[in-house]
Amino acid sequence: MNIMMLLEMAASGHGDRVAIGSLADGLTYQQLFDRSGAAAASFKSGDARHVVLCDESSVAVPIALFGSAWAGLPYVPLNYRLPDDDLRALAERTNPAVAIADHAGVARLAETVGVATVERGLFLDSSGSGGAPADPWSMDAEDIAVLLFTSGTTGAPKSAVLRHKHLVSYILNSVEFMGAGEDEATIVSVPPYHIAGVAAMLSSIYAGRRVVQLPKFDPHVWIDAVEAEGITHAMVVPTMLARIVEALDERGGEPLLGVRALSYGGGKMPTAVIRRALDLFPITNFVNAYGLTETSSTIALLGPDDHRLAQYSENPAERQRLASVGKVLPGVDVSIRDDDGNELAPGEVGEIFVSGEQVSGEYLEKGSLLIDGWFPTRDGGFIDSDGYLFVQGRNDDVIIRGGENMSPGEIEDVVLSLDGVRDVAAIGVPCAEWGEKVVLILVGTDDAPSEADIQELVRSRLRSSRVPAHVEYIAELPYNDTGKLLRRVLRTDFAHLGDDPVD
Amino acid sequence: MAELKPGARFQSTVCTTEVIVVKGAGDVDLTCGGVAMVAAGTGEISGSPATDASAGTMLGKRYGNEAGTIELLATKAGDGSMAADGEALAIAQAKTLPASD
Repeated sequence: MNIMMLLEMAASGHGDRVAIGSLADGLTYQQLFDRSGAAAASFKSGDARHVVLCDESSVAVPIALFGSAWAGLPYVPLNYRLPDDDLRALAERTNPAVAIADHAGVARLAETVGVATVERGLFLDSSGSGGAPADPWSMDAEDIAVLLFTSGTTGAPKSAVLRHKHLVSYILNSVEFMGAGEDEATIVSVPPYHIAGVAAMLSSIYAGRRVVQLPKFDPHVWIDAVEAEGITHAMVVPTMLARIVEALDERGGEPLLGVRALSYGGGKMPTAVIRRALDLFPITNFVNAYGLTETSSTIALLGPDDHRLAQYSENPAERQRLASVGKVLPGVDVSIRDDDGNELAPGEVGEIFVSGEQVSGEYLEKGSLLIDGWFPTRDGGFIDSDGYLFVQGRNDDVIIRGGENMSPGEIEDVVLSLDGVRDVAAIGVPCAEWGEKVVLILVGTDDAPSEADIQELVRSRLRSSRVPAHVEYIAELPYNDTGKLLRRVLRTDFAHLGDDPVD
Repeated sequence: MAELKPGARFQSTVCTTEVIVVKGAGDVDLTCGGVAMVAAGTGEISGSPATDASAGTMLGKRYGNEAGTIELLATKAGDGSMAADGEALAIAQAKTLPASD
């Protein structure tokens, strides 16, 4: 297996359709196939063992991705937003490599040992003229297709290994070949170094859905592009959707009717944002997708019908489904386990374990983390009696108060259901009496609920141990650019709220 | 006989059909156009499909047996149609999973 097989099928099944870019001047599937061949030939001509991308989204992204696969080299997209030293340190780990970069990236990587840079424009020019390699691509499913550096909470970033077998299985198990109509187009606003950016390319190409890339996310540019490009599908992280909703309201709250499907994932979605989005996209099919880099993207999803049911239902259990990531995908199994590895019953909270052909669970530096085929995600959660999966955040973020483990997500879900709450994070701060105590960092609207109201709500809905000792109101929570909440930053910034100062 | 296992690839010798095994295990008499299929890349194409096995194989469609023990994905289309142990393989139901990325 090789992801090139997916592009080859697309080129022979719908070669004349536009694969990427505008209908007027985009690349067709056949052109993308040909350019990937030319790129592969150039990658194979040197001594490179990796193909690095240090650039924002452009048509060079799929050419580099498939060209690497054809050449039999791992594709390594880097986070170009990293500081220079961190970026160079990651790039050095790919030595010897060829790196495709924008002008700024070429300059920043100039001193990196063993990394030969090619400016994006030159790369695109050369991919438009050369021929394909004489040899076919390898069909060894064990070959590494993509290496993604994950942003660990401690230590140097680790490289997650995604082999061809993982990515091809993911696509074959979840996407129908040529399942998209000729008029469909998806807007990709996640960066290329995010697993969702990689998955979006593969699934759109296999489905025959045109890809329009948005290199720098801005809600107004996004809305304008949706209208100008005839966008029918989109994937966003929660912070993006929050800003899109705000921008639409600024424009008078007119609904966007052209978007048929909107999927989101990568972090916790505030209830107020998704409820407003359901109003502003009244006929759109919403999908909440849950997945990890190590699982080749999506492993569970909450589908369109559950979203609309939650929007209109009077039944609290059905309304609560909006906080769920839905049901597990075909070909994937999920098991909730306690600290000793025992499987838990529905409703019981434990660690989410996942298995399936698309699950890698492997890092270059640490090897495979699979236990009898199961990957411990480090995410806490539970499955309800109807089979819906609820994710309650990283186990590393657990607050331990008086020996009792509590998940921030459980408290956040309750608070997010209040009107006037735009975003919230529950953190533990040092406490002499309890070890840690719960503090809420809250982003509210003008009529945000008071500390007393919030404490009362949490007391009535959860246990008294979950009641926040204090609520701090701030303007914005810190997120990284792929929508991940930086709890570490909050714990440092608000450590002074504790009464057991550490020196 | 073809030894089926997920990821294995086979080609027809009487048309351009090629498949990858999505589901299946063990030795199966796998034919296309009435003639045994061989490991992909190992056979020449000559002749033409038998008339009772020439309905064609469509690119990107999944083909399976009645029991649901075999599923093959067509990675190249062809004029022949496939059978496993004498049973004609039919197009499996398309998935209806919504797009998530």
